[in-house]
Amino acid sequence: MHVPEDAVVSSADVALALASAASQNGVQIYDRTSVVHVMTKKGEVTGVETDKGQIECQYFVNCAGQWAYELGLSNEEPISIPLHACEHFYLLTRPLETPLQSNTPNIVDADGRIYIRNWQGGILSGGFEKTPKPIFTEGKNQLEIHNLQEDWDHFEPLLSSLLRRMPDLETLEIVKLVNCPETFTPDMRCIMGESPLVKGYYVLAGMNSAGLSFGGGAGRYLAEWMVDGYPSENVWELDLKRFGALQSSRTFLRHRVMEVMPLLYDLKVPRWDFQTGRQLRTSPLYDRLDAQGARWMEKHGFERPKYFVPPGKDLLALEQSKTFYKPDWFDIVESEVKCCKEAVCVIDMSSFTKFEITSTGDQALETLQYLFSNDLDVPVGHIVHTGMLNEGGGYENDCSIARLNKRSFFMISPTDQQVHCWAWLKKHMRLDSDLILEDVTWKYTALNLIGPRAVDVLSELSYAPITPDHFPSLFCKEMSVGYANGIRVMSMTHTGEPGFMLYIPIEYALHVYNEVMSVGQKYGIRNAGYYALRSLRIEKFFAFWGQDLNTLTTPLECGRESRVKLDKGVDFIGREALLQQRQNGVYKRLAMFVLDDHDTDLDLWPWWGEPIYRNGLYAGKTTSSAYSYTLERHVCLGFVHHFSENTGEEQVVTADFVNRGEYEIDIAGQRFQAKARLYPVASLYTHKRRKEDVELSDLHGK
Amino acid sequence: MCVCPGPRRIGIPVRSSSPPLFSDAMPAPTQLFFPLIRNCELSRLYGTACYCHHRHLCCPSSYVPQSHLRYAPHPAYATFCRPKENWWQYTQGRRYVSTPQKFHLTPPQVNSILKANEYSFKVPEFDGKNVSSVLGFDSNQLPANAPIEDRRSAATCLQTRGMLLGVFDGHAGCACSQAVSERLFYYIAVSLLPHETLLEIENAVESGRALLPILQWHKHPNDYFSKEASKLYFNSLRTYWQELIDLNTGESDDIDVKEALINAFKRLDNDISLEAQVGDPNSFLNYLVLRVAFSGATACVAHVDGVNLHVANTGDSRAMLGVQEEDGSWSAVTLSNDHNAQNESELERLKLEHPKNEAKSVVKQDRLLGLLMPFRAFGDVKFKWSIDLQKRVIESGPDQLNDNEYTKFIPPNYYTPPYLTAEPEVIYHRLRPQDKFLILATDGLWETMHRQDVVRIVGEYLTGMHHQQPIAVGGYKVTLGQMHGLLTERRAKMSSVFEDQNAATHLIRHAVGNNEFGTVDHERLSKMLSLPEELARMYRDDITIIVVQFNSHVVGAYQNQEQ
Repeated sequence: MHVPEDAVVSSADVALALASAASQNGVQIYDRTSVVHVMTKKGEVTGVETDKGQIECQYFVNCAGQWAYELGLSNEEPISIPLHACEHFYLLTRPLETPLQSNTPNIVDADGRIYIRNWQGGILSGGFEKTPKPIFTEGKNQLEIHNLQEDWDHFEPLLSSLLRRMPDLETLEIVKLVNCPETFTPDMRCIMGESPLVKGYYVLAGMNSAGLSFGGGAGRYLAEWMVDGYPSENVWELDLKRFGALQSSRTFLRHRVMEVMPLLYDLKVPRWDFQTGRQLRTSPLYDRLDAQGARWMEKHGFERPKYFVPPGKDLLALEQSKTFYKPDWFDIVESEVKCCKEAVCVIDMSSFTKFEITSTGDQALETLQYLFSNDLDVPVGHIVHTGMLNEGGGYENDCSIARLNKRSFFMISPTDQQVHCWAWLKKHMRLDSDLILEDVTWKYTALNLIGPRAVDVLSELSYAPITPDHFPSLFCKEMSVGYANGIRVMSMTHTGEPGFMLYIPIEYALHVYNEVMSVGQKYGIRNAGYYALRSLRIEKFFAFWGQDLNTLTTPLECGRESRVKLDKGVDFIGREALLQQRQNGVYKRLAMFVLDDHDTDLDLWPWWGEPIYRNGLYAGKTTSSAYSYTLERHVCLGFVHHFSENTGEEQVVTADFVNRGEYEIDIAGQRFQAKARLYPVASLYTHKRRKEDVELSDLHGK
Repeated sequence: MCVCPGPRRIGIPVRSSSPPLFSDAMPAPTQLFFPLIRNCELSRLYGTACYCHHRHLCCPSSYVPQSHLRYAPHPAYATFCRPKENWWQYTQGRRYVSTPQKFHLTPPQVNSILKANEYSFKVPEFDGKNVSSVLGFDSNQLPANAPIEDRRSAATCLQTRGMLLGVFDGHAGCACSQAVSERLFYYIAVSLLPHETLLEIENAVESGRALLPILQWHKHPNDYFSKEASKLYFNSLRTYWQELIDLNTGESDDIDVKEALINAFKRLDNDISLEAQVGDPNSFLNYLVLRVAFSGATACVAHVDGVNLHVANTGDSRAMLGVQEEDGSWSAVTLSNDHNAQNESELERLKLEHPKNEAKSVVKQDRLLGLLMPFRAFGDVKFKWSIDLQKRVIESGPDQLNDNEYTKFIPPNYYTPPYLTAEPEVIYHRLRPQDKFLILATDGLWETMHRQDVVRIVGEYLTGMHHQQPIAVGGYKVTLGQMHGLLTERRAKMSSVFEDQNAATHLIRHAVGNNEFGTVDHERLSKMLSLPEELARMYRDDITIIVVQFNSHVVGAYQNQEQ
């Protein structure tokens, strides 16, 4: 791919230009001054202590590059900024016989893991090797030890691929091999945003070797963030709060960046899991599940089962399993989904973030009513699905809240909300309130009993009546299961299938799991993983925060008016914006697309981010997708926009607009017809097996 | 291997009713060599003589094998040992009847043989933060005997600091080396324990409480412990610590490692001897303790605690320290003395310990009483007990023992027993940062390779690429092509090293497969490894190697601390 506008800029010159422009606007720059630590008072930045005295300030931005980690830790209340440096080598040569011109294109050879560009008529060539050398693991004091030497033996593979690609360069004379460390983050995305702990402490670091290309945009978003309180785009993927202190171990970072750096030039395939820094947070059932063939994915350090490989079945080796087509786990997930539909499955969902909010008086209810859009003043034992919205009405979090008693609530949010949601709640709680907020994520193991026979399994394990009359949907009861008492049983699943969530104090987890599995045998119980869950929830049009929903999407844009109680009598955050939106209409609408002419076996699969075309015009992008084993079609979720044909301006999207379009989903250049729906396929909820389909094998235990 | 095989043992192959299976399996050069055997003394060939001859075929000029000195002619047993025409006939005869055997092994097959017994242990550390002066060890063994008579052990002392590593070379069977490999470290660990800990353990046994663990073993799955004898061994060990408790004068708890090692060796040998004399009501155990006592084993044990390295040696296995000089080259420092006829002071010791009139018979043909190669060993009660005692034990012993002509045979000129001791010679060495590793190996290795080569090969293996000076361009005119050529060359040099993940395996590969140029010759390696069981012993001995790697940073830190 040739990019004619491609350009080369010198980072030093850009920095100087920016600095002089800033100085002209009155910015003071202190040269050769080092920051000792950032001063804070009551959780807010008050100034900076430098080796030349104190500087008072309201905002502080930590852009210390590979030293950002250390600078963050130097605070009284340490701020963890997970990044780690790796040595990075590039080669400089003397000019060619006919020196290269400045319009020589930049060349990237991803297979050879190298880049090549003009440098003073010669070439500059470096790369991202398969075996990186992490550096400065122990911090700044290493500066003196490592004098950043050239390491030719290490550079050999890159040099070989350079000469393989351009053999004529052989005669070029070497000027030098430069060793210039670059910083990498645990997920190859940069880190920006406000610290969850200290107000006014901002971070912009960990650019994964793309600092100069991303610098401009990142700087703009950060500026908006500081001035307006939020950036104009959804930057959750880059938000510092996607990480917690748990990603801050130097050993973890060292190992992870060794995997991240080569990824820069690797083909990135869907559903790829990092291999390093794993098994950090696990459920107490990890070993049990692992022994039963569980394959794992990781979210926020927590291991979650993807699916269970049945005995005797072999999957492809890691490298061979990389694909954009039908993956090798297809049949495995199919049987898990089928079991969820027809019998009962158990899914370990312990990774979910769990908070308890309690108060002595009514503050808990009052605070939650203010923070959440749904009405939480419900009878004890009810569960409410609700969004935690920002001023713009966008989802900061999407969670389920159970009212445990008058003054105590149990809140379940997505796994990666642990830091963000905590910070949001803390930020909006009155400092003097006697509200007690507790993170109980680690205290409970969550098992999802999912499927029509879940009720039978649970009935056998408890004397409490479980029938829908006694235990209707969206209720929470504390009861005993097996020998274990005090299990929080909730009549809900995260997929729309019938079933229960069991929140089990961790010491009972193994007992409850064993009982469930042994009792469940006669109902054909089996383990299932997140891939089955994903297929189930997407075919039922369940949007997930972090994938489909973000800070810029409102409940009205995804058909969740029912979860917003504008008239609950509390002026909750985002209410104003929603009122306005209700009046003016929405500019995008979440829809579900069922692919019609897509061949699951032969065509490339949709994963996410595929363009949506309405009547041949671009209308948005998909946010998640899965194969629905029930519909036997691929299902994508995505937002439909209405861009004016003439101006490109966004216009109001009505239900009618969505329904009357002809849709196509573009997968890698090939368009597939799709039917858009604003509501789930009704037949999925009334699925019953027809009599003539029953087989003898259905009578077997599974 | 170091024993003089008893006449019986040598007689067996000759008188055996089934012909040995060597002929078709032999490569051409070895067949040429067979006529030579007839004129040689067989015991001379045991061990390395064949091997050396093999080398002789490759490079005649260098043929001055040490083993000529080590294995002196032995006319007394010539009758037993001369295979005469029998051997030749067998080889000839077999040629007609046997189907040709596939002889060459592929590199993967060679690797699977070499790696079958390899074991590596890394002292647990968390990302470079390691407080132990030992980084870990690699060990491996290659059998020549069937079953192998070498044993190895490695364990961490749990109640005191330090790590124990040892190689044991058995002779006249593997019973003794097996027993020593299981038991010796417990004796050493107990000898090192302070009085209170001993009391605590004894009280725990007495009151049926859980015992303090003493050793953490690091074992290859093939390194087994005898279940049957476990109780018996424990009782003997307990008696030992009870005596230690009783003997305690309460003066100081400063335990001298050297003394502890010597006491442990002597005590274990004494227990082996006593157990055989007392016997056991269980007939299996009874036979076992007798087999242990009548077979023998040498032992070379290292105890590493911080910078303090003690090597206790009994017999002719060897401990070698790999030292890296400032210029990056390697030199070998021997940390043990072989106890055999090549050791003047050992000869002197033996002569002093026995009356003058035995001066000529005590060591004959470089062997103890003309029979035993090592001058110190565990077991071997034939060289320790009085004739009366030997006869009494054998007569009252089980039939299997009575039928065994080797055990019944009393050494010639046996006047003033004991002739043999298990007392080790202990050498202390204070580790320095330049001491990179320690090799413990049975004589199977040292017979085939010079110590300097051994240390160089392991040193280069362990340091890998790092020993190569980094390249710097600074100031020279170098083109990309030239640099690429240089780097490719350096890489190729390294790739041969990466074939093995275990330093001991790497060393065995060299020991067995080295050609006259000092590089591994696959064809030779393949031939050596495909020798049939019955023949392997004629070309090489059991080889057992432990390579312990030291952490120079920790050693350096110790040094700085104390300065």
